[in-house]
Amino acid sequence: MSEKKFSKKHEWVSLDGDVATVGITKHATEMLGDIVFVEVPDAGKAVEKEGQAAVVESTKAASDVYSPISGEITEGNKAIADDPGSVNTDPEGASWFFKLKIKDKGEYDSLMSKDEYDKFCKENPS
Amino acid sequence: MEVQKTALYNYHKNLGAKFVPFAGYEMPIQYKDGIVKEHISTRTHAGFFDVSHMGQFFLEGDETLIQSLEKIIPADLKNLKVNHSKYSFLLNNEGGIIDDLIITRTEKGFCIILNAACKENDIKQISQFLNKDHKHLLNNDLSLIALQGPKSVEILEKLIPGVANLKFMTGSNFDYEGEKLYVTRSGYTGEDGFEISISNTKVEKLIDYLISNEVKPIGLGARDTLRLEAGLCLYGHDLNEKINPVEANLRWAIAKKRKEVGGFNGWEKIKNLLVNGSEKIRVGIKPDGKVIARENTKIFSLDNNEIGFVTSGTFGPSVNAPVAMGYVKSEFSEVGTSIQLEVRGKKYGGKISELPFYKKSYVK
Repeated sequence: MSEKKFSKKHEWVSLDGDVATVGITKHATEMLGDIVFVEVPDAGKAVEKEGQAAVVESTKAASDVYSPISGEITEGNKAIADDPGSVNTDPEGASWFFKLKIKDKGEYDSLMSKDEYDKFCKENPS
Repeated sequence: MEVQKTALYNYHKNLGAKFVPFAGYEMPIQYKDGIVKEHISTRTHAGFFDVSHMGQFFLEGDETLIQSLEKIIPADLKNLKVNHSKYSFLLNNEGGIIDDLIITRTEKGFCIILNAACKENDIKQISQFLNKDHKHLLNNDLSLIALQGPKSVEILEKLIPGVANLKFMTGSNFDYEGEKLYVTRSGYTGEDGFEISISNTKVEKLIDYLISNEVKPIGLGARDTLRLEAGLCLYGHDLNEKINPVEANLRWAIAKKRKEVGGFNGWEKIKNLLVNGSEKIRVGIKPDGKVIARENTKIFSLDNNEIGFVTSGTFGPSVNAPVAMGYVKSEFSEVGTSIQLEVRGKKYGGKISELPFYKKSYVK
């Protein structure tokens, strides 16, 4: 599994061959608060880079989760749909959102590294 | 208008509050623990809420004050005993709800607790019916603290002996730190608890005591999930000037005598609705799955006709499921009726549910 890369919309991506795993960052979960609903995409759905791919809702509000990379969904993580609270506990591990078969590795390469992402969060507090 | 702050603003800040603008005030939406933990600790232990942004409106006057207020408030104020409180409304000429409120009889008149966003207009509306002998004051020198949860009584009784004897929706004056404060047994969470009207100069000391008894600070976020589980309305969402008490399923809050005799704003219309029912009515709604039907979610019948809309919706931490309230055409209002909720363009199943979602434990 490759190193994690990060988007400005607070998603993370890791790559295993041409299959990417996408989730939301710990920083994102801290901003959202208690997560109470998750909707993940079904296998076969095509997603565009920065296109809406999943939904996450906290007690406060609903937010879209975007795919930082384009491709075809191979699996949505049903476990987090059944237990949305688990996204707060392990956002960058077991509580990934979806996997997709990517078309262009360049999209992955252009995302931020961990250090760049941490810096981005510090410079863009919300 | 400049953003206002309650006397406890800095105190909240030190407790790690996240603030949001609310009704012209900077108010805590949550603290470090977050909404779900704040909600649960209120239900299992006790929480305190700074609701000092709400208006504490005092009125004094003779018998004519009652006649004046009864023109705009459909409560039986004439027979309201001193230190007893009622939930009621200010009504417009169409019977629409200008605000919902708690009115308490005092020795010299009445105290009305008004919603923060409405209080200025409320006072204008009430003033139209007052005469020059009626004195009134929106007292901004007082804070209002709600203490809610099963341990509230035990904790407050240690500090202010006598509060345990108060029954639900009654109040009394008590001595505290050389001053008078007014405590009512009431709240907005579905739990036993109190609302404490206390001078801005003493409020921090009271909060120090509550915190030393492990009472957690609770923000507007958990206040919303708690009140929604308890089936209580939030003005500006579940109630507004175009909705009347019959539609709001709050006909119980119009005094029996006033229902018969009338004499308040919108009476003709409300009288008719009391007999014939309304076209739409407020109901509780439970989505079948985990999907949250938030405010403005459209409601459809099983044969895909639009029949209403959601006015409040969230995840209920104690119910451990999504809960909502909204208005549907009256023929769909029976508990158990299957409906559909349109969320993000997709229809999800749901049912009309009893209110409250969470059973209360008021001390009567």
